[in-house]
Amino acid sequence: MINLRRKTRDLAVLDGRRRVGLDSIMTALSFVLLLVIVVTPISMIVYHAFFHQGQFSLDLIIDQFTRDTTVSAMWNTIKIAILVTIFGTIVGVFYAWLLGRSNIPGKKLMRFLFTIPYMFPPFLGAMAWDLLLNGRSGYLNRWLMKTFGLSSAPFNINTVWGIVFVELSYYFPFVFMQVVSALERMDPTLEESARIAGAKQGTVIWKITLPLVRPAISSGALLILISSLAHFGVPSILGFSQGIFTLPTRIYAVIARSGGSFEGIRQGAALSILLVAVVALALWIQQRVLRSGGYDIIKGKSMRPTVINLRGARIPLFILALTTLVVIVLVPLGMIFLVALVRAYGLPLIPANFTLANYQRIFTASGTLESIKNSMILSLSAGVITMLLGTMVAYVVQKIRPRGSSVLEIMSVLPYSIPGTVLAIGVILAWSGSLGLNLYNTLWIILVAYIARYLSFSMKTSSAALLQVHPSLEEAARTCGASHTESLRDITLPLIRPAMVSGFFLIFLPAMREVTTSVLLYGPYTRTLGVQIYSLRDAGMMPQASALGSVAIVLIIVVNSIVNALNQTRKGV
Amino acid sequence: MSYVRFENVSFAYGDNQILKNFSLALEKNEIMCLVGPSGCGKTTLVRCLLGLNRPSEGEIYVGDTCVFSSKRRINVPAERRRIGIVFQDYAVWPHLTVKENIAYPLRKRKVPKPEIDRRVEEVLRLVRMSEYINHLPSQLSGGQQQRVAIARALMTSDDLVVMDEPITNLDAKLREQMLYEIRELQHNMGTTVFYITHDQRAALQLGDRIAIMDPQGELVQVGSDEDIILRPRTRFVFEFIGVTNFLALKRVDGQYRVDLGSTLAPWPAQVPPELQNVAVLDVGIRPNDIVFDSSSPFRGVVRRAVFLGSEYEYFVQAGDKSLRIQQGALDASLNGIAAEGSEVGLNFLNPQYYEAAREEGAR
Repeated sequence: MINLRRKTRDLAVLDGRRRVGLDSIMTALSFVLLLVIVVTPISMIVYHAFFHQGQFSLDLIIDQFTRDTTVSAMWNTIKIAILVTIFGTIVGVFYAWLLGRSNIPGKKLMRFLFTIPYMFPPFLGAMAWDLLLNGRSGYLNRWLMKTFGLSSAPFNINTVWGIVFVELSYYFPFVFMQVVSALERMDPTLEESARIAGAKQGTVIWKITLPLVRPAISSGALLILISSLAHFGVPSILGFSQGIFTLPTRIYAVIARSGGSFEGIRQGAALSILLVAVVALALWIQQRVLRSGGYDIIKGKSMRPTVINLRGARIPLFILALTTLVVIVLVPLGMIFLVALVRAYGLPLIPANFTLANYQRIFTASGTLESIKNSMILSLSAGVITMLLGTMVAYVVQKIRPRGSSVLEIMSVLPYSIPGTVLAIGVILAWSGSLGLNLYNTLWIILVAYIARYLSFSMKTSSAALLQVHPSLEEAARTCGASHTESLRDITLPLIRPAMVSGFFLIFLPAMREVTTSVLLYGPYTRTLGVQIYSLRDAGMMPQASALGSVAIVLIIVVNSIVNALNQTRKGV
Repeated sequence: MSYVRFENVSFAYGDNQILKNFSLALEKNEIMCLVGPSGCGKTTLVRCLLGLNRPSEGEIYVGDTCVFSSKRRINVPAERRRIGIVFQDYAVWPHLTVKENIAYPLRKRKVPKPEIDRRVEEVLRLVRMSEYINHLPSQLSGGQQQRVAIARALMTSDDLVVMDEPITNLDAKLREQMLYEIRELQHNMGTTVFYITHDQRAALQLGDRIAIMDPQGELVQVGSDEDIILRPRTRFVFEFIGVTNFLALKRVDGQYRVDLGSTLAPWPAQVPPELQNVAVLDVGIRPNDIVFDSSSPFRGVVRRAVFLGSEYEYFVQAGDKSLRIQQGALDASLNGIAAEGSEVGLNFLNPQYYEAAREEGAR
């Protein structure tokens, strides 16, 4: 067997400038940057959790882990994550099957609508539901109490189940999208032969279709599990007022309460170890489950799947799907936009009470404008820097393959499994002076955190694109008279440009609405859009928070449509 | 002096020695076909020539220039060797148009634009792709993409073009046509073509000369198609170049007998004098070199007879051995068809003898 690994490595060697070639510069740069950006913060957390003033000590860990608040936060985290995963999987699989395999009307449009929660920031959703179903002041609760003369609120979103419901509505698309694409790529003859063998429709779904898409279901479900374990926004908005904490919100509370003191951060670091351990356990389960479920029956190319006639259930199921969409997409969206218009929170949502003053206020308040500007700067620069860095690392890992390239790969995808809260603490510990560089209260510290957090996104998209670029394309350029650098510039880069662009937006969009890490890292002049919405709401200024939230939503929708337009017009390949 | 010379080239991927002291020379203006089974090191050799692999030892010359020498520490970078290459997977750049693809080597050499335009049009006419000048590769069929790749290789150099399995990804009919076109193109331009393939039939069809590599990466024979077919140097070449029957000959009491497993049969042909003292011989016979001869002492029973249009194919059982025999349709109509189940006598024309022991180790 010819070893492809060596083959591409030789390209660089043959460049003639063996010692200071482009390849070795990129390799060295990748290692150094990843060590600084990714490894340093993570090692700082481990160090400060286990060492106190240079001495190894388990006191802090033991003290933190045995507290009732920690135990209950951990219990809540796990309970919420498992419930969200179970219900999210059921909802996701059900709608994937309904939209992928049945003759329900309006499939195409509904499929698009079902992916909206995916780009909508969950903490805004939580805010909307809080406005609607808050146990004391929720609009719907008050209306129901008035109409039916109830003495207490019929719903309360500020509970564990409320948190589960809101997270569920944002996380089920993970399973939905995975399963829809698996269903589409499944060979229809597998199901047809079961029918021919005499199985009823229901039996085929239960015994053939579902087991075949099991790998897609489990990978989506585990994505929900891990995301929910690390999730900050929803439980912080819905849980704080009732004293319901999860590990990420407890870490935030500990640090916020201590006013950013070192002791508070140390306690946060200790709790981070626990959170990382829980996530690591989930990742370990993911590895085991995904390895065991390998079917090759699902083909790469698109097939025409057999569509099942729902007959009499067609219209009722259509109404059910529509209702779901209204509840998870339209209601929170409408709520944000309506409350943004109301003169004061609590006034009935009727035109007489509407005003544009909230928008006027947020666009004249310097803090708010500043936050939009900060988020724009941060998202743009994090997007560009991370895209370039991720592409460089991907090129080193995929094409140059130096010794230790697997270490490089692990380093670049590591932050993906580190919860944002934990990463923020690591960044604080590393870059607020203890290593000689103090970035605290500047935009730089948030930028560094964003780069670490989103690096794996661009690394993954660029890697996938580079794998598609066969080595012979670059070699052909070499034989045509292009130097190694020229062949990169003329051939490889243009070929992976679409992937780089989508990598950029994969970072830009979540960075625009980011709140988990920036809420721990912002300073007086470095509030981000998410932080500003968060603190406006914290200060009880619901209409202004909603107005700013609606601005964020419009921004996200506009950028997203630009991305889609770009993807459709791209040339070649 | 030969145009391209490999002199004692060695190459290894880690511990895996692919080429060892490999030498081969190409004459100017010829099509040299390098044939060998998959994985024997053909592609590695080509990559060494192109400058994409660095041999551990040896020297490579193109014309008067030494492009690689381990002793003199010469290693001309790939981009300065000016050798045209056509890869198996075409390697046509998908983001560039046909014109941009073909013009690329000229642009790298800073050829003025009007000259580029003129030469691109000219070469596109040669490969009959003029109307596709502004197409993207994704709009072209596999055969058309391969023509673009050939045109681009000709732009890099009209002196030397290397083709590494260029037609393997095409369908059978298109393969025939492309072989013919490559032949025509070379004939018109006088380009030296180094053609790499594992398909011995394509090599016989195309090559002025054929070089055969064995699975160990050794060059076993270089010669014209006639040399290779009529005078195969080793058992490997003989087997590789077409369908063969092999029989084992044993020397018993000064007479060669055919070992048929359970029995020994008399051998009706003459063993050449220089091999007469060898105890065990392998003898190879092509299916169309076995003829029915009722007077022959070598007997067998016809198991199956199949009519293939231009010829009949028989499977004849002799002892534990099954022999494959082809009989031309004309011959069959003159001498009659052997019926299934009938006993026949066989005679062997043009048998090739190989010392069994020596070849055994190489297998």
